[in-house]
Amino acid sequence: MKQKIITKLLTGMAGLGIALGAATAFATPESDRQELIKYYTTKYPNVKLEDYVYGALAFDADSKAQYDAIMEFPPYLGEIDKGRKMWETPLKSGKTYAQCMPNGGKDIAGLYPQFDEAKGKVVVLKNVVNDCRVANGEEPYEFDDAKTMGLLMSYLRTLSDGMLSNVKVEGPKATAAYEAGKKTFYSRAGQLNFACASCHVQNGGNRLRSELLSPVIGQTTHWPVFRGGERLTTLQDRYKGCFKSVRAIAAGAGSETLNNLEYFHSAMSNGLPMKASVFRK
Amino acid sequence: MAEPMRIRATMAGDVADVKVLMNHIMETGVRKDSKTGQLIPAHYITEVTASVNGTKVLDAGMSGGISKNPYLGFKVKGPKAGDKVVVNWTDNKGDKNTAEATIG
Amino acid sequence: MNALRRNVLKSAAGAGTVAVAVAAGLLKPTMALAGAPRTAFEAKSVGDALKGMGASAAADSKDITIKAPDIAENGAVVPVEVTSSIAGTTAIAIIAEKNATPLVADFDLMNGAQGFISTRIKMGQTSLIRAVVTAGGKTFTAAKEVKVTIGGCGG
Repeated sequence: MKQKIITKLLTGMAGLGIALGAATAFATPESDRQELIKYYTTKYPNVKLEDYVYGALAFDADSKAQYDAIMEFPPYLGEIDKGRKMWETPLKSGKTYAQCMPNGGKDIAGLYPQFDEAKGKVVVLKNVVNDCRVANGEEPYEFDDAKTMGLLMSYLRTLSDGMLSNVKVEGPKATAAYEAGKKTFYSRAGQLNFACASCHVQNGGNRLRSELLSPVIGQTTHWPVFRGGERLTTLQDRYKGCFKSVRAIAAGAGSETLNNLEYFHSAMSNGLPMKASVFRK
Repeated sequence: MAEPMRIRATMAGDVADVKVLMNHIMETGVRKDSKTGQLIPAHYITEVTASVNGTKVLDAGMSGGISKNPYLGFKVKGPKAGDKVVVNWTDNKGDKNTAEATIG
Repeated sequence: MNALRRNVLKSAAGAGTVAVAVAAGLLKPTMALAGAPRTAFEAKSVGDALKGMGASAAADSKDITIKAPDIAENGAVVPVEVTSSIAGTTAIAIIAEKNATPLVADFDLMNGAQGFISTRIKMGQTSLIRAVVTAGGKTFTAAKEVKVTIGGCGG
């Protein structure tokens, strides 16, 4: 028997001026982003826009100080080094990743996710890595294997540190994928009946018990993270973790659902600088 | 063979600021393996020494209470840029590691 | 403070089999030290740790600054910095009072090393982080509370 999953779009979001559904002259990815920025900068006039890349840490000096202390000399540098060795090792064809990827892999992370017109779907940076691997005689990596794809990304993404997020949504198909991701973000899910937005739009900067919730602006700029300084966690790992937290069944890593979600989600951080492989609790 | 230690040593005024990141599991010996229920044996750095131009400046004892991949920061007055810092550690199994850096 | 690592053989715990073995040439002193019990590090209470360090009479001092979080982000990696402005500081020790073995580390400083140590420690639960400083042959102490919580939805 097929389970029917009921999703309820959040009410009360009307005040934010975010129009769900087909994009109109009044609702574009850029206008969605501006509405969220306006909402947050009004709610928290003392938090600088550029500090939103620190997520919840921008709202708690004690937490931010610990982040700064650990980022001074992160304990996981050895792990990133493993990623670097993977990056520098030629593939079976003899070519390196740098020779296969756009711009040699430097300053590209901010352009992803992208809508690939030829493939008719959103591609994320991990797709590009796997395309490289397959084109050069290797098996693709499992998206959520921390020891292979995770380590490689922990290094690759640092090659784009400082780059401003610049996700493009152009054309009807791309827009449809963006809207699908937006719908996922704003739809209630799971036994706890929370949407991503319940915590990360309505309650960014507030506490849920002892947890300070990060606002959606800036959220996608700082991945992967090393939890507790050692557990490599990617953005889609975190999506799955969040769905599990609200007791929903999460879609798989690299699925259309999560890639579309990442597409919408990343567009909301456009203009903010990326920084990979950072410390989180 | 343990991964190499990383040492950053710079002059800050007339004080050499030394930061060391060691690579070590720092297993306390009180954790249990989740699958077998057995205690994971203790394996942690017990001693760290540091010297500048051959003169010892620091001699430390550590326990499993130091975080994994130990971080150590200390300051020394007297050295100057170009001097050599050497750091050594020994763990409870007798394994050792050494690294050196030039004060920048 | 020096009694901690040096010459375990001199301590009550070390005298006996290990000392006999070294005397008989069966164990070299360095081998005996590696993995041998280090009394103060084995202590299970703050009192015993201080006793093992010879610091039971450590005087409270305002010249010791402990930089540590109010609430630890993650109890496995808590950044702690101790600065001692007491003249002639020769050692700094860090104690996490509620850890199973409270003495976390001790640092002998010499030949120009300043009264400053920065490191990262594990904390099992909310507790006082205590610094014990040795200067001029005397011991001094200060403490700061660090809270450790169990996160909710951090994933």
